[in-house]
Order: sequence, then structure tokens, then C-alpha cells
Amino acid sequence: MLSHDQDTFFLFCGIGAVLVLASAIGFLLKLFKGNTPVIANLNARINAWWCMVIVIGIAFWLGNTAVIVLFFIISFFALREFITITPTTSGDYYALVFAFYAALPLQYILVGMDWYGMYTIFIPVYVFLLLPMFASLSGTTKNFLERTAKVQWGLMITVYCISCVPALLTLNIKGFEGRNLLLIAFLVIVVQISDVLQYVFGKLFGKHKIAPNLSPSKTIEGFVGGIVSASLIGACLFWITPFSFVEAALIALMITLLGFMGGLVMSSIKRDCGIKDWGHMIEGHGGMLDRLDSVCFAAPIFFHVVRYWWG
Amino acid sequence: MLAKICSALLIGFAKALTGARCVWKGCHPEPKQRIYYANHSSHADFVLIWAALPPKLRQQTRPVAASDYWSRTKLHRFMIHQMFRGVLVDRVRKEGSNPLEPMLNALGQGDSLIIFPEGTRNREEELLPFKSGLYNLAIAYPDVEIVPVWLDNLKRVMPKGHVIPLPVLCTLTVGEPIQVEENETRHEFLDRARASLIALGKGE
Repeated sequence: MLSHDQDTFFLFCGIGAVLVLASAIGFLLKLFKGNTPVIANLNARINAWWCMVIVIGIAFWLGNTAVIVLFFIISFFALREFITITPTTSGDYYALVFAFYAALPLQYILVGMDWYGMYTIFIPVYVFLLLPMFASLSGTTKNFLERTAKVQWGLMITVYCISCVPALLTLNIKGFEGRNLLLIAFLVIVVQISDVLQYVFGKLFGKHKIAPNLSPSKTIEGFVGGIVSASLIGACLFWITPFSFVEAALIALMITLLGFMGGLVMSSIKRDCGIKDWGHMIEGHGGMLDRLDSVCFAAPIFFHVVRYWWG
Repeated sequence: MLAKICSALLIGFAKALTGARCVWKGCHPEPKQRIYYANHSSHADFVLIWAALPPKLRQQTRPVAASDYWSRTKLHRFMIHQMFRGVLVDRVRKEGSNPLEPMLNALGQGDSLIIFPEGTRNREEELLPFKSGLYNLAIAYPDVEIVPVWLDNLKRVMPKGHVIPLPVLCTLTVGEPIQVEENETRHEFLDRARASLIALGKGE
């Protein structure tokens, strides 16, 4: 067994152990406190975590291509949720056909081809110019700017930003060859553990709301507890990354802060559209975007920071 | 066999594209004999209802479709007869024939139906007035449950005049069954059926 295989193996064993512990706690809570809505939701969340970890685990085991395909599918679901929630009109038809059937697959093909110079500018530059061309073909001018912005935003958040996760596979880091999957694991674990810990600290100690208009569940106690503990966990994971302990702590702090702000921004969009969840795909969590809002904001910055200083 | 494979593929495709989420708000997915009636905006409407039903219910539920449209080509005929087991009705009224007869036959055999009482695909935002077929069926088979189904977003999947479907999440909200009440006129019943479908669409 190669050393990185061993690291990945230990990592998944660790995640498995945490989930077993979580399931046990969930089971005991249900047993002693009864199946209240909060506990039922907690258990639904834990079960969904099992599914997510298993799916990601299988993709890791199958290799790089499977990981790219997995994130392509995730992007598809996320873009579908985004377009469903932000009302588009029949005038956007060609722009949407282009977004779903051309821009989305092309972005992932470019990532798969390792064409850095293209996949970093394809959506922000080329698609940015192409979409309004398609939209103007329909001849509808009502809310033109708003409509075009919605489709462009949807593609940026759900396709460009999410594709930065598998794009980590294309980085050439000295002394880290063949271990890039672990960078993805690091990013995903830190972002998600931060979400979970913010939720846990918020539920246990939360008193002072940060942005009551946006997200009633976000509290200062949850924020501080979640960010600090997730950064520490990130630091302790330095052995799977090319970073030192301190570097890993700082990068984890950056990831968690971005993730937190991403959650707030995506909440603002939801509030604007008058909805609570992006979808119903993952039981206990809402839609794909409810789970990924923080990843969307953390992934591109993490990608570029790692590439700039380590790549 | 071929029809079964094609059906499975089509159901998979419809679900992958639209999510085809069924929200049972006013009743449960039980194998009772029912007439599901829904708002009509695209050719994909009944396919989505049919795909979103649990398999057990789907087997006993037949869409009602226009015979002129579905008899055009071999492929149309294969789809409507073999895949959907559709009930074809004449939109043009002929002398001495009862246009409801195919539907009455299907109900007589114990099947459930999917019908669109607006009678045509609707481009407007508002629901059109209902045709009287729904009332006549309800009178002929008073034990069959009349169930409203509100289709959301189908218009966005395939806007007018386009063929490539867009992936947009669609929700089917299934409401509470209604029946013809004592002394209720045709007009009153149809208005009430329409009102309960509209209420369902507004999330009431």
C-alpha cells in the first residue's frame, strides 16, 4: 500500500468513527428524550452524512475521473436548484439551454483536460459575454439586465465555484504528487465540520444572533465556537496536506470564514426569493445548495491560494 | 417488453430532469380508484404525473389524451397505447357518439384516470373554465375519488414552441379529494373543482 493510500484510508476510518459516534448520540437522544422534531432532524442529517461520505468515498476509490464526474453531477443539481428558485422567463430559454447543455459540461471537460488557462476564464469571461447574446436573441427586453445576471450568477456559483473543488486535482505541488485527492478531502472536511460545529455550538450556547434578518440560526456563540474548533481540526489534519501545522490552521481559518460568509450570501438570495431551503434533495439538510453554499465560496479562494503559494 | 423498457427510460429521464417531486397534501398514495385532474400547460404534463406516481398506482392509472394528436405517427401510437395505456378521446364531437365513452369504459374496468379539465393546453397564468366531462364522470361513478393535482413549473421545462427540455425542479401537489354534493349543479361543481385546484396552486 502506498503512503497516500494509507493516509486516505486512515482519514476515512476517522470520519467513519466520528459518524458512528454521531449516530450513537443521535440514537441515545431519541431513546431518552423522545423523537422531537429537533432530534428527528438531527438523525436525518446524520443519516444524510453517511450517504454523502459513502458517495465521496466511492468516488475517491474509483479515482480522479470519478471525482470530476461526481462534482459535475453535483453542479448540475445545484444549478437546477438555482434556476428553479430564481424566476427566469421564456425569454431566457436559449441562455438556459446553453448554460445547462454547453457551459456546464464544457467547464468540467476543461477541468478534466487540465486546461488551467481556459477553465479559469471560460465562465467569467466567455460565458459572461455569450449569455447576453443568447438572451438578446429572444428579443425580450423586459428585466434584461436582471435576467442575464441571474443566469450568470447561477453559473458562477454552482458551476465555476464548485468546479474549483475537482480542479484541485490539476495542481502540481512539489513533494505532494499523487496526493491531490487529499486536498479535496481537507477542503470538504474543514468546510463541512465548520458548518456542523457552528450548528452544534449555536444549539448549545447560542444567544446573540448575528444576522437575524438573514439567518435566525446563526449566533455569535455558534460562529466563534464553530470557526475556532474547525480551524483547530483543520490544523490537526496538516499531515494530509502540503501545509505545516500553522499554515493549515491559517488556511482552515480562511476556509471557515469564507464558508460562513457564503452561507450568509446564499441566505440573502433565499430571503429575496421568499424561500427557506433551496430544495428537498437531502433529507434534513434541504437542497444540494443548502449543503454546498459554504463550499461555493471557500473552494475558488482555497484553490488559488494553494496554487499561488504551493503550486 | 420494449414498452416496459421505454417507460422505465422515460420515467428515469423525467425524474432526472425535473425531480418530479410529489407532495401528498390532501390524501395518501393509496391504490384507490381516482380521477386525478390537473392544470395543463405542456405535452409533458401527464407524463410527469404518471412518472411521479408510485409504481403500484401508476399501473392502474391511465392518462386521457387527444386522439387526433396521439394517432399521428407510429411512434405516437406506440407511446400512447403501449407505454402509457392512454385513453384516447375525440376532441371533435361526432354525431351520435358519446365522447366520454372511452373514459367511462376505463373507469368501469377499475382504472384510475389523469385528466385535464381545461380541455386544452393553457398559455395563460389563470386557469381556464373547466369542461363538463369531469362532472359527468363524477356523476356516473360517484365512488371514484376526484383528486386535484397542481403542477408547478412545467411551463418552464418546455416553453411554447421549443423542443429541448430544460432541467427545472417540478412539484406536484396532490390535494384533498372532492365529490359531487347533493343538489349541486354541474356549474357549481365545476367551479368548486376549479377553485380547489387554484387554492392548491397558491399553497392553501
